[in-house]
Order: sequence, then structure tokens, then C-alpha cells
Amino acid sequence: MMTTLKNIALWFERRLHLVKLYEQTAGHPVPKSTGSWFYTFGSMTLTCFVIQIVTGIFLAMAYVPSAAEAYHSLELLNYAQPLGWVMRGMHYWGSTMMVIVMMCHMTQVFLWGAYKYPRELTWLSGCVLLVLTLGLAFSGQVMRFDADAYWGVGIGAAVGGRIPVVGDAVVHLLLGGPIIGTDALSRFFSLHVFILPGSLLAFVSIHLRLVLGKGINEQPKPGVLVKRETYDQYYHGIIKREGVPFAAIINKDVVANGILLLVIVALTLFVGPKGPGIPANPPLVIPEAKPDYPFLWLFAAAALLPNGSEIWLFFVFPAIAALALFALPFLSNEGEKHWRRRPVSIAIVVLTYLGVGLLTYEAIVGPWSPHMDAWSGLPIKAEYIKGRTPVELQGALVFQNMQCRNCHAIAGEGGHRGPDLTAVATRMTNPQLVRQVIQGGGNMPAYARNLSPEETRALVAYLCSLHPPNVPPAREAVGVLKPIGESSPTPTPGGNSVTSNQ
Amino acid sequence: MASSDPNEGSSHEMPPYDWRATRRDFILKLGVGINSVAGALIGIPIIGYFVSAIVQKKQPTWISLGSIDQFPEEATRMAVFMNPYRTQADGDTAHIPCWVKRAHGENFTVFAINCTHLGCPVRWFEQSKLFLCPCHGGAFYEDGSHAAGPPPRGLYHYEHKVEKGELVIKAGVLPTLADPNA
Repeated sequence: MMTTLKNIALWFERRLHLVKLYEQTAGHPVPKSTGSWFYTFGSMTLTCFVIQIVTGIFLAMAYVPSAAEAYHSLELLNYAQPLGWVMRGMHYWGSTMMVIVMMCHMTQVFLWGAYKYPRELTWLSGCVLLVLTLGLAFSGQVMRFDADAYWGVGIGAAVGGRIPVVGDAVVHLLLGGPIIGTDALSRFFSLHVFILPGSLLAFVSIHLRLVLGKGINEQPKPGVLVKRETYDQYYHGIIKREGVPFAAIINKDVVANGILLLVIVALTLFVGPKGPGIPANPPLVIPEAKPDYPFLWLFAAAALLPNGSEIWLFFVFPAIAALALFALPFLSNEGEKHWRRRPVSIAIVVLTYLGVGLLTYEAIVGPWSPHMDAWSGLPIKAEYIKGRTPVELQGALVFQNMQCRNCHAIAGEGGHRGPDLTAVATRMTNPQLVRQVIQGGGNMPAYARNLSPEETRALVAYLCSLHPPNVPPAREAVGVLKPIGESSPTPTPGGNSVTSNQ
Repeated sequence: MASSDPNEGSSHEMPPYDWRATRRDFILKLGVGINSVAGALIGIPIIGYFVSAIVQKKQPTWISLGSIDQFPEEATRMAVFMNPYRTQADGDTAHIPCWVKRAHGENFTVFAINCTHLGCPVRWFEQSKLFLCPCHGGAFYEDGSHAAGPPPRGLYHYEHKVEKGELVIKAGVLPTLADPNA
């Protein structure tokens, strides 16, 4: 019996050369020190990718890549196809986790100096994998084909339209036609299920081939410098002294990947798949169009950077960032690997995470966007109405009806595009308020044409009543020093006090 | 076992080979020639297919928004037209909204819904006479001119005319900064 089994095994071995394959892969020697929790992010990224392929294949069995059907097929997946929502949830959370663990992997590799000689190509292929993964994340949110996805494609087209000279051609190539429709969805579908995953597979194999060929980066020791002439010998010395088969140090990878899978399952079960949201019906003018998490920081930057700097944000900055990533292993090819002796590298990592983190937070809050329904949906609280004169009450009505509330909060409620006006009377005097309302400025539209003199007078009277009871309102530094609104006549907008300024 | 396997080991012994053997060389060159022709015959249609969206670019065409009577004077209303290049698979996305401002009589202005900053849909607010964009807070006045926020210019206009009592606009192409249509 045993000899029969052995003979069968040998029959296969003579044809497949599995022993040799094992020696070159799972059995290849690596430094013992690489059996570390910090070295588990790479395999976690790969695990996410496998999850994406498996769930993606099953989603493709139900998904219809047509603008007329895509949304409906997602609802069928959510509610009709048994366990369709689980596939969608795992695909969504798998993608989110893939971006996160990939960033962890990249950060670790950067801080451990693993991009230095002789692993330059490993780093470069990793950079390509980063671009491909982000491409998959972006095209993936288009697959959802709800209003966010539709307008997301529109944002993509608008960005393309800003490219000098070839902008128009880029827009038409991206959309596959003159306007956003099913051709655009089909383009993103081919990108998402064929072009990008295929390229990703190709680059993963290059990446792994390089990892096997050049060995896993040893845990750097502070003060041990990389030199092109001596490093190979140094690495061989480590392998000779403390080399172990790769299969012997995967224990932590196995645990980390198991936890990762449990996290994806838990997020799927307890949070569920994302969307689809509002249908992609263009006449339904949506309140906002936000991208998925990996791109929120870009969304925030587009709002927060000075007007006219879009060309820097969308073209110059990504070009510089890509160039920096690709040039890194050549700019810093030798020398110190340990993060403790590389303060600039630490600063780069900290600043990058702070920047991306803060921008992401800002994008979630979105203080630059008008709160489109505040004027009709958020009543002014009673304490900001109580005890007001009839003119001031009329002003409060003007305040609501003219959508001031969409940009200006009272007591924190409302839009945050403009300043909160809870205590505006302590900051601005009556004439200053009139000027601001009529002329606008500082990102506020001018209301001269849209408000009658009576409406302006009432509105400003109300704004002048917005101050805490124990804090007097602001007043002019010259002239009669009386609280405005009590006894001095309110300047008439459109009358002398304002037009004489213009 | 290892010695009995002819495929064992990475390098096999073989006699030196003359790569310039003329007959084989000729056949190889012939093969490269045939494949170059075939490659062009296959490749050119593939490239043509891919770039057809640019080469045979669709132009804006005249589309009726319906009778002018549905647009009250001194008001701005949303109008929806069907994408002239729609296919059955476009579904709801064939419905393209725009904002029609009728000052008086036959004096119309038709704005694209797309914000000039990054293309999000702007919404009209009748009371404050402003178009507000939900994405990055762009604002436009009643006449479409830039009021506040990051947009680099006023709203895109569609070319329009009044024909037999109907408002007709020239549309069907997504307006962008590269091609504002009008």
C-alpha cells in the first residue's frame, strides 16, 4: 500500500518537479528575523485580492453592465439572489481592506528601507500595483452605477476636460461617446473586470518573482549601511547564519490573514454592502456626490485648495508624486535602512498620513458644501426667535426663505460653508452687515439684486439681534455710541449709506 | 532517480547552433513579414474601434424642449430632454436635465446642469436666485455668472432658438472646460 502511494507520488514528481518548485518558493531561505508581525501586510494584500477575484466572479454572474440594468441587478443581488448581499459586502469591504493593508505594506517597506539596493524593481512593481489597485477602487465605485457613480464619472470627465490640448479627446475616450451613458459604464466595466485585474495579476507575479529572487529584506539594524559592493555578501552571510525556509516563518502571516478575513466577514455581516444609493437618474438633482473612502481626500482637496489650482491638484501633483515614488529607490539606493536613523522618512510618513487623514475627515464633514435642505428642513430654534420685534421676525423669515441657512448655521445647525451666525451681531455692526449682504464677498454671493430694501432691512435687523444676552452687539467706533437696533434708525439699504460706498 | 530523468537539471547539453543558417533564416523572416501584415490588419481595426469616439465625434444637435408656454416669464425652470445619441441600454441616463431661464417673451437662456468646477449637478434656488453646487460649494447668479466658490467660469450655455413656438437647444454633448458646447 505504502509503496503504491509512493510510486504514484514519484510518478507525479517526475513530471511536475514539485520538489524543485518547493525549494524555489516555500522552501527558499529567508532571514529568520523576517518572521515578524510587521512583515504580514504583503500577504494580507494578496489575500484581499483573492477575495476580490472570487467574489467578483460571482457578482459578475448577476451584474448587468448596462446603464439601464446595472442598478436593478444590484438590487436583485441585495434582495433577491440568495447571499448576493454577502458577495457584495465582501467585495466592498475586501476592496476597502485591500487599500488599507496595501498602504500598511507600503509604509512598512518604506520605513524598513526595503526599497534600497537590490530590491529597486520590487518597489517599482509595488508602485504599479498601488496605481492598479486604486484604479480598481475607482472603477469599482462606478460599477455601483447609482447617482454618486454617475456624477463621479462626470467629475472624471470634468477633470479630463481640464487637460490642455487633448482634454476633449480624453473626455470622449473616457465616456466612449459624447455624454455619460451606458458606453461609459461599459468602458469602466472592461477596465474593472478585465484590464486592471489582468494587469494586476501580471504585476503580482513579477512582484513575487522579485521577492523570491532577491530575498525578503532582513530586519535592518541601526548603523548597518547598505553598500552595493558588499550587500549581496552581507545578505548571504545572514542566510548562512540564520536562514530558515520561508514556510517556517509564515505562522504570523497565517494568523494575520485569518484575522483579516474575520474582519471582512464581520464588516459584511454587521455593516453590509454599500448602496446602491439614489438611482442614476440625472434629473434627480442629488444633494451631494461623494467618492468612496480612498478618494475622499482628493474630493476635499478639490474644495479646499485656492480657486484655479485644480491643474496642480489633478495633474502636476500626481505627476510629482508618481515621479517621487518611482525615483525613490534610485535617489536613496544605499545607506541607512533603519527608520530610527531616518528622520526625514519618518516625517514624510507622518505628514502624509496627517494630510490624508485630515483631508478625509474634512471630506466626511464637507463644510464647504451648502446644506441644500437646511432652509426648508431646519427650523430656527425658539430661543433665537423669542422676544424679537416684528421687523426682526420678518428678517428671520427672509433668512430662511432666501436659503441663507444653506451656508450659515445658527447654533451649529445649517450649512457650514459660511460663518456660523449664532452671535454675528457681536462681530459685525449694522452697516457692515448691510454691506456684506448687498455686496457679498469672501465667497458669499451678492444679494443686491435678489433682496428688496425692506427685506434687507429686516434681515439685518434680525442678524443684529443675534448676540448672547450678556454680550452687547458690535457698534461703530465713531459717531453716536448706541447699540444699533435700539434707538438709532437702521440705515436703509439701497439708500444713501450703501450706494454712496459703491 | 535524478539521473534517470532526462529533464532534470537546468541546462541541457546540445551542439552549438548557427543562427544564420540561410534557409531557416529566410523562413523566419518570411514569418515575421506575414505576421507584420496580419498584425497591422488586426491592430488597426482595434485601435480604430478604441478611438472611434474621438474620430467620429458626435456633435451637438438641435433638440426641442417643448412649447415655450411651459416656461413662465421671469422664472427659471428645469427642463429634461432625451439624449439624441441614446441607445436602449442607456435607461434613465438618457434623460438630461438643464435649466431654462425665461426673462420675457422669447428671451431665453439655457444652462447646462453641470457645474463648471467638476461637473456636479447645480440646483436652482428660486428665492435667493442662485444656482448652488452640492460638491464643492460653487454658486452662480441667475444669469449663470460666477458668484462664489471654486468654479473657474460661469455656467455653460446651450445654443438655443425659438421655432414654431418651441424652445430648441443645441445639445447632446457633455459640456466640459475643453468643449463648453457654445
